[in-house]
Amino acid sequence: MDRRFALLSIALVASCGFYLFWGLGPRWQFILGLRAPKLIGMLLVGAAIAVATMVFQTVCRNRILTPQIMGFDALYILMQTAMVAVLGISGYAGLSISVKFGAEVVVMTVAALLLFGTLLGRGTQDVARLVLTGVILGVLFRSFSTFLARIIDPNAFAVVQAASFASFTNIEPNLLPVTGVVCLGAIALSLWLSPRLDVLALGRPIAISLGLSHDRLVLLALVIVAVLVAVSTALVGPIAFFGLLVSGLAHELTGSSRHARLLPMAILVATLMLVAGQTLFERVLGLQSTLSVVIEFAGGLFFLWLLLKGRTR
Amino acid sequence: MICVKNLSHSIGKTSVLQDISLEIPKGKVTALVGPNGAGKSTLLSLIGRLMPLQTGRISIDGSDIAQTPTRELARRMAILSQTNSLGSRLRVRELVGFGRWPHHQGRPTHEDEQLVMQALDALDLTALGNRFLEELSGGQRQRAFIAMALAQGADWLLLDEPLAALDMAFARRIMAQLVALREAGRSIVVVVHDINHAAAWADHVIALKEGRIAAEGPPETVCTSQVLGDIFDMELRVTQIEGKPLVLHHL
Ligand SMILES: Nc1ncnc2c1ncn2[C@@H]1O[C@H](COP(=O)(O)OP(=O)(O)OP(=O)(O)O)[C@@H](O)[C@H]1O
Ligand SMILES: [Mg+2]
Repeated sequence: MDRRFALLSIALVASCGFYLFWGLGPRWQFILGLRAPKLIGMLLVGAAIAVATMVFQTVCRNRILTPQIMGFDALYILMQTAMVAVLGISGYAGLSISVKFGAEVVVMTVAALLLFGTLLGRGTQDVARLVLTGVILGVLFRSFSTFLARIIDPNAFAVVQAASFASFTNIEPNLLPVTGVVCLGAIALSLWLSPRLDVLALGRPIAISLGLSHDRLVLLALVIVAVLVAVSTALVGPIAFFGLLVSGLAHELTGSSRHARLLPMAILVATLMLVAGQTLFERVLGLQSTLSVVIEFAGGLFFLWLLLKGRTR
Repeated sequence: MICVKNLSHSIGKTSVLQDISLEIPKGKVTALVGPNGAGKSTLLSLIGRLMPLQTGRISIDGSDIAQTPTRELARRMAILSQTNSLGSRLRVRELVGFGRWPHHQGRPTHEDEQLVMQALDALDLTALGNRFLEELSGGQRQRAFIAMALAQGADWLLLDEPLAALDMAFARRIMAQLVALREAGRSIVVVVHDINHAAAWADHVIALKEGRIAAEGPPETVCTSQVLGDIFDMELRVTQIEGKPLVLHHL
């Protein structure tokens, strides 16, 4: 495990180096100034999604769900559609980025808390019910977006469409300081909670018997998940299956059930996949925005594989 | 002593426990018996603060369980539920190791490891220590959970049907072990379905029926054909062997 961790760390550093310094050219200061914020954004989003997924899976005690699969990405698209519908194209485009970001984060955090809180608050352990609820909510949000989209004009719809795909590189540099503080805070808190998360994973009765303040920790964990998911979605757009791929790989690579190992490994895997993938697609293949599609496709296949194999734990 | 006062509990609209008041003696093995659905598990989970109290009060050795911090309670009592499902994939040794968590909060000492080894040994699990739980038989898994509760080293041990899924050799061994723990000064509350285990090993028997206490006392007074026949609504013959009641429930 430690050797793998070291190897992956080296790979991460190397791909960060490649991403930053490869093919700089004479206007290197300018180019670096463009690349550095993107890199930092990818690292933050990767780590945020990794931790959010791992913590979420511990709370709902299965390995096939991610917060996004529970209807969250559809909620984001609905929000975008609603904003375009209410403000019009010019109003939407004219929104101050920080205002839009702030509003999105707040609304999505509250929505996530309501969603996950009602689903998991009573200790629901019925995975099938959770998946089904997520799917239904997703359909519900999506059909409501479609309904809104019918009302607004076709041009406005195109704007919504563009906002509905994740892009790891359209990160707004001005948002990075706030995002950074929030994400790093939530991630550090999760790492600190690692031993307690291990106990949480044993299920409510055992966790309480061992003296864990179970319900309070679940609430705190859900707040962490909600904040991380909201921030990362507001930053890069909706991503559903990436977290799943990351958590699966982290479990496979560590072979441990301890969060003190799982969380760092998941962060490493996620950031490496994003940075190395982006370097490959952007620099080698010259494809700017295909990474999210490829990652989602791979993640989707992995989700299917998990379901078919019945590997829900 | 565990002291339960005017405890009532309902789930949805059905009333599960009705105005129960009882005392469970310290330093004794107490058996909780009764038909399916009588409310034994509910009572035990309420004592073990796994569910919030609705009406009534429960205190353990003088401290009200609703007022005492849960971490403090974990050092005083260990409770094992009737069904356990884990969210993580654990080895037997790791699961039993969690039993020491109330004492070390994630940083096990050498002493903790010793106690885990002892608990594994007590349930004959040493050879299976490195197996994953899902690679065990039902009874072996049950033993692993019991070992975890033992490792917790609490004064009070509350076990909900620990004998379910165990073969007769292990069932007897567990009961004997509970008696040995009592000798070492612990107090035990155990839900058992095989009434003869209660009759043979328990010091005190509490029988529940339809959410009320139907009988309470030493095995000799509770395990009679009259009392048990009423509780379980069946004809029963009871004989004696070595001074202990023997219920011929299968005939
Ligand atoms: N979640 C629930 N919803 C509705 N009723 C419940 C629920 N849990 C338990 N009950 C009811 O509460 C009553 C008591 O249940 P409890 O589990 O305490 O019984 P028990 O004495 O432990 O039975 P057993 O010997 O079968 O384990 C039963 O009638 C049961 O149907
Ligand atoms: Mg029961």
